[in-house]
Amino acid sequence: MGIREDHSRFKDIVRGRIKENFKKYVTQGEMIGKRENDFVKIPVPSIDLPRFKYGPKQRGGVGQGQGQAGDPLNGEPQDGSGEAGNQPGQHELEATLSMEELAEILGEELELPDIQPKGRSRIDVVKSKYSGIAPVGPEGLRHFKSSYKRALKRYISSGTYHPDEPVIIPIKQDMRYRSFKPVVQPQTNAVVIYMMDVSGSMGEEQKEIVRLESFWINTWLKKHYKGLETRFIIHDATAKEVDEKTFFSTSESGGTLISSAYKLAMEIVQADYPFDQWNIYPFHFSDGDNWSGEDTRLCMRLLHEFFLPNVNQFGYGQVESKYGSGQFAKDLEREFPNDERLVISKIETRDKILDSIKDFLGKGK
Amino acid sequence: MANLTPELEKWRVKILKIAEGYGLDMFETIFELITYDQINQFASYGGFPVRYPHWRFGMEYEQLSKSYEYGLSKIYEMVVNTDPCYAYLMEGNRMVDQKLVMAHVYGHCDFFKNNQWFAPTNRKMMDAMANHATRIRRYTDRYGVDTVEDFIDKVLSLENLIDRYSPYIKKKTEKERQDEARGSEVSLLRVNRDYMDEYINPPEFVASQKQRLEDDAKRSAKFPSEPQRDILAFLMHYAPLKNWQQDIIAIIRDEAYYFAPQGMTKIMNEGWASYWHSKMMTRDILNDSEVIDFADAHSGTMAMSPGGFNPYKIGIELFRDIEERWNKGRFGKQWNECDDIHEKARWDLNLGQGREKIFEVRRNYNDVTFIDEFLTEEFCVQNKMFVYKFNRRTGQYEVDTKDFKAIKRQLLFQLTNFGQPIIQVEDANFENRGELLLTHLWEGVDMQPDYMRETLKNVAAIWGRPVNLATVQDEQPMVFRCESNGELSEHKVGEVQQGPPSETSSDES
Repeated sequence: MGIREDHSRFKDIVRGRIKENFKKYVTQGEMIGKRENDFVKIPVPSIDLPRFKYGPKQRGGVGQGQGQAGDPLNGEPQDGSGEAGNQPGQHELEATLSMEELAEILGEELELPDIQPKGRSRIDVVKSKYSGIAPVGPEGLRHFKSSYKRALKRYISSGTYHPDEPVIIPIKQDMRYRSFKPVVQPQTNAVVIYMMDVSGSMGEEQKEIVRLESFWINTWLKKHYKGLETRFIIHDATAKEVDEKTFFSTSESGGTLISSAYKLAMEIVQADYPFDQWNIYPFHFSDGDNWSGEDTRLCMRLLHEFFLPNVNQFGYGQVESKYGSGQFAKDLEREFPNDERLVISKIETRDKILDSIKDFLGKGK
Repeated sequence: MANLTPELEKWRVKILKIAEGYGLDMFETIFELITYDQINQFASYGGFPVRYPHWRFGMEYEQLSKSYEYGLSKIYEMVVNTDPCYAYLMEGNRMVDQKLVMAHVYGHCDFFKNNQWFAPTNRKMMDAMANHATRIRRYTDRYGVDTVEDFIDKVLSLENLIDRYSPYIKKKTEKERQDEARGSEVSLLRVNRDYMDEYINPPEFVASQKQRLEDDAKRSAKFPSEPQRDILAFLMHYAPLKNWQQDIIAIIRDEAYYFAPQGMTKIMNEGWASYWHSKMMTRDILNDSEVIDFADAHSGTMAMSPGGFNPYKIGIELFRDIEERWNKGRFGKQWNECDDIHEKARWDLNLGQGREKIFEVRRNYNDVTFIDEFLTEEFCVQNKMFVYKFNRRTGQYEVDTKDFKAIKRQLLFQLTNFGQPIIQVEDANFENRGELLLTHLWEGVDMQPDYMRETLKNVAAIWGRPVNLATVQDEQPMVFRCESNGELSEHKVGEVQQGPPSETSSDES
């Protein structure tokens, strides 16, 4: 009875278990969270029943703040009107989310499986974990809540507690301290190698999509690997390794030889990341154009011989651009049908980013 | 019932006394201290402990609880318009927050009790909601969860098709009107001598009277005889429905009417409550150590983002503005006709009528009349208000204008009918085929086409015969049609008509 019932019914609809005709009304709503100075959008599914309403674009609205006619609005307008129920006084908190929390949220929303690190790359590390309560310990580890509770109990049971003057003074016997025990944790290392086509056909929007994707991929992998390294390679007809900032801001013109990036990635792996100690995740983003069929064949050979046998998973994300033909994804699909180690995801628009992240990370590899 | 801690109870009594001292007049208000999970649950139910089973409450709950667990937002207060008023405090909030909430809630309670737009609402809605839940549960037991839920979904998608002003106007029902019409026959003058009859009631006159009556009857044969905006009521009475289906429409319609005044007075209601919490907190309640925390919470609630419209902020500022204007006598003919800017800046007649005026405003106005009468050009400039529009060329929302008239027009447009299209039943026997004709009173903004089509399907499913909707898309008058099997079609009609004559037209400023 009650809200639990409604809640599970809602979840069933979202997952498509019941009322399949409702799939079309399910939208990925978003909650806005904040990380450092960036706002991140957290997906929450919602079901929007159809109703007669105005289209938002023609409607416009009233806002408040600085700005002259013609200035763009910062951020999307929010629906200020709308049906007020017993409008609860809701307060947006300026919460800062940690990477850890973001990853939790992402994992929960997209129902991502935990990653199983490759077996041989484990190194066990002993750590202390504070999980217990003890009657003795250093003052620095004093557990306020349980000390207070014990003191309160003592006061009440001895009849000296006055609600009007609720002063509690703990004595030595009330004090409780946090205590630890050693736990063994496997320490695993991972490296993500991002490769991106920066030839003329990749525009700003395409790069923004790659930036958002890589943010979420990093967030998720960091949750599973304590030591996560990232390397960045840009390529047009030639490839070079760059830092993160350059990676997202470079625009080149010229042709595209995808194999140049794959070769460079191979060299990096061979030099710095022995397979038996590292989990390796190469991701390649492009609009799917390659210079020649011959180069494509070279890429396939590199994948066959070097990458797929050795990496955890090879991700290929294809963003839609005005000029790209999207041929490369087709070639890959033909070459590696049903290969678990290669994930191909097509990202047509920003809205598809979450689906694509699910493609990439949904296998638990 | 109340389970406040001794300290909270002490403050409740104190704040109640302060509120009454300022002249606020509330129903008895019962505060309950509940956990965050309970508050999320109650909030999903619109403030009520029990509602009928439906997934959309689960959706609300999911969003509220996720957002709380991730630390993105939390609910401070919630209050229900009933007698006695119920209000909830969240366990674990700081003392200063609890005091703020109590002060704010008393503002709401006063508004619920005294604002005339709330007068027809059912103050025993807790019981009504619980009864609704029982009835719908009975139907789900009898007819199956899926059948009942599917029907509820259809009705909910028409939930906004009610006539918000109807509770305030006594209208004749369709049946009464028919009875009246039937009662009339050609009345002849009384004749004492038969031979005079021809002269007193000449046959030509009798014939013309008969003709007139027939014409009247023909005219009223159109059904409904005048357009109806309460489409839910219309469907409930005249669509071929089972009893349980009629009852479900009645329930959802009832609840929609219950919540309607809260939508009609959102700016005023939040503004009024914020005005009072701010006044009471800063004058009477806060102690020194709480000032910063209060300021932080208060400013968080009042914050306005560029694209957002915060009813709390506009409401509180307008009430303060009205109070100042009536204190200083900045109204009336003399003030309006004065065009000396320096004199206006110094204007102070020391009338001291501000407090009295805002109490009068809270009794008589709703958001539309409130904005229409009290939004001034000075106020818009001071609060840096502007109108934004979507620019198709750049693909983003842009500041359009800071012109006062445009701001007012936009605001009134947003508030009239809650910024939703006005749709009415025009003819229930369209083209003599038992089809329904709905018309959209187009005022320059199109409906969102995909939503419109899906909603039309739902109307047709309930009506059981094809449904037509006359509207305008891209400046082209169109009729959309949905067959009873859900098949959609559309066709264009003649020329663009000028905006329809409508009393709710927003261009009256």
